[in-house]
Amino acid sequence: MEGVLLTVDGEGESTTDADGNWSVPVSGPGTYTVTLDAETLPEGVSLADADRASLEVLVEAGQAKTTLFALSSGAGGDDADDGSGITGRRVAQLTVEGLKQGLYLAMAAIGLSLIFGTTGLVNFAHAELVTWGQLMTFFFNYYGLAGLIGFLAPLPGPFGDGVNLIFAALLGMVMGGLMGYALDRGIFRGMRRSGVSLIAQMVITIGLSIVMRYVFLYFFGGNPRFFRDFAGQQAISIGPVEITPKDLVAMIISIIVLIIVGGLLQFTRMGKAMRAVADNRDLAESSGIDVQRVISIVWISGGALAALGGVFFGLDQIKWDFGFRILLLIFASVTLGGLGTAYGALVGALVVGVVINLSTIFIDVELKNMVALLVLVLILLFRPQGILGRAERVG
Amino acid sequence: MLAFDWDIILTQTFSQAFGTQAMVFALAAIGLNIHFGYTGLLNFGQVGFMAAGAYGVGMSVFWLDWGFWPGLPLGVFYCLALALILGIPTLRLRADYLAITTIAASESIRLFVRWRGNRDRTGAAEGINDFADPFYDLNTLFTRPGNRSYEFLFWEYRADDLWVMLIGWTTVVVLLLFTWQLMRSPWGRVLRAIREDEDAARALGKNAYSYKLQALAIGGVIGGIAGMLQAIDKQSVQPDTFNPIITFMIWTVLIVGGAGRVWSPVAGAMFFWGVISGLKAFMRELLDTNAEDELERFLNLSVINIDQVQFMIFGLTLMLFMRYRPQGFFGSREEMALDDR
Repeated sequence: MEGVLLTVDGEGESTTDADGNWSVPVSGPGTYTVTLDAETLPEGVSLADADRASLEVLVEAGQAKTTLFALSSGAGGDDADDGSGITGRRVAQLTVEGLKQGLYLAMAAIGLSLIFGTTGLVNFAHAELVTWGQLMTFFFNYYGLAGLIGFLAPLPGPFGDGVNLIFAALLGMVMGGLMGYALDRGIFRGMRRSGVSLIAQMVITIGLSIVMRYVFLYFFGGNPRFFRDFAGQQAISIGPVEITPKDLVAMIISIIVLIIVGGLLQFTRMGKAMRAVADNRDLAESSGIDVQRVISIVWISGGALAALGGVFFGLDQIKWDFGFRILLLIFASVTLGGLGTAYGALVGALVVGVVINLSTIFIDVELKNMVALLVLVLILLFRPQGILGRAERVG
Repeated sequence: MLAFDWDIILTQTFSQAFGTQAMVFALAAIGLNIHFGYTGLLNFGQVGFMAAGAYGVGMSVFWLDWGFWPGLPLGVFYCLALALILGIPTLRLRADYLAITTIAASESIRLFVRWRGNRDRTGAAEGINDFADPFYDLNTLFTRPGNRSYEFLFWEYRADDLWVMLIGWTTVVVLLLFTWQLMRSPWGRVLRAIREDEDAARALGKNAYSYKLQALAIGGVIGGIAGMLQAIDKQSVQPDTFNPIITFMIWTVLIVGGAGRVWSPVAGAMFFWGVISGLKAFMRELLDTNAEDELERFLNLSVINIDQVQFMIFGLTLMLFMRYRPQGFFGSREEMALDDR
């Protein structure tokens, strides 16, 4: 594709050659903004996502970084994509997007719901566990196991150099679990012991969420960043739906993980103990279940799951306040499914994901998160215990 | 080597303790005090009410062409509507549902007003600017041309700010008297009964739901007034100034002062805003000295992220107070022994 103008902020511009290739030499490592001038695209071709005409690119020393812009040929069928028409293709695409978002959301939501179930606490800092997982994975992905400790950096991977994203994600989950454990052990267990009321604890989670978020910003910076692997993947077509391979894999992994979580909850002793504590804490305690241990494990697994969800969301981009941005969706999912029920959180997340994405057929994309609020208010009006919650007094 | 300009630090501390920001936070916290301190409602979306008030004024000028003054009742109307929308579905339920819904609503309001489809109504992301001239035109006390600054000991303000402060702090005093009388009345005693034990209040034949809704509306309107004054002070309403973080700063201010006391929101706002501003000035001074390089290298601290440190302090203060001194400086522990509803 020839003659398309690209600008790198503060460095220069370039026009694509006959194969669509271009390059701009930059002065050194750092983050650059590359902008594609949509006016110069040949007729009938447009950006697949008009909001992504500018991309942020992290360039390291001595590296030639490739930046890809997703384009779509504006032949007949795609005109419908830009308009508001309901075509089967568009519905299918949005449903898949919704399922994707729902699956990732479910990972974050299950932990929140289980923590509520076992302790009665609505953890407003749960979204920060999602961000924590993203950031930790990013860190391992770029700097390896010892990157921050200066004198270890020259060691070969996995110690000095960054590790593969898949391994980094596993490490991120471990860190998520550790963080969950640390929060419970360091903050909440003591408060449960000394009888601090749940309302006070809830306000404390708010304070915690602010502290964590701004510590992230302090060390990570405000710009969005990307994992080193699998960036700028080309979408593939499966039937009527386009999806990037990384998201496809992430969705499959999510499904597997969620099935495993469900299986563990349903069939293992610990899973049964968790559900028992969630059901009736006093009864569980008097029948010999070590409630504190169950709560610890809930926090650990909740943290690890949230971290994994964060990594999957982070395949798009990583940001210091990412978790907080989806907090509304997490809460809508959990409430929709029924606060305190693990399966409810799963169902709720899938419904919320699909509903808000399908809603973009009728309303502006910018407003789609508001639909989650609408879902939240409607469910509270008509079925406050949620889809899977038991009909009991919640007020 | 470490010679600080204490004058700047003290000027910052004292000016900010009485300045427009402290005033806005004091007002918003008075509203939140009615919610949380007296009724026990967990409103995690006070900034939504502030936005409703501010946009009432802004949209009256920008969209409806009604001019500035009709914007004030419009803002109040927005706040009442918001209170009903939030309260009706949630106030029958356990306290956490109101918390979840309000935090979600305040963020949704921000998303909605910054939506580009609302450009003609709310000005979208750019917001609405320069609409409060009629307010400043009433200022006959402080010379406006040149917006000269007034200084007295450690206090230093511009003429416009002084005018806003005069009106604003007067509003604060009026609302304090209002709250004081309201909470002494039978109506206020019912609110406190609901906070202490909702079931008992209901058993006595009080319609707890309706009382809670009224409390939510009144506190929300006061939050809206805070938003209006902020909009007037800045001569602009912008979606991103109504970030959810503001809500939690208001919470910190209220908890530090002590929830459930009439004047503690004001004490909390002045104290906290003064201390924070002093601390920020101190850090800036610290970065001016030759310790700068070390700070940057070891703590990553620089002029850019002082604000981030400020938010961390807010969060930490909220956590520590709630954990170890939930009654704040002036509250009484017995009254704030929150049970779980």
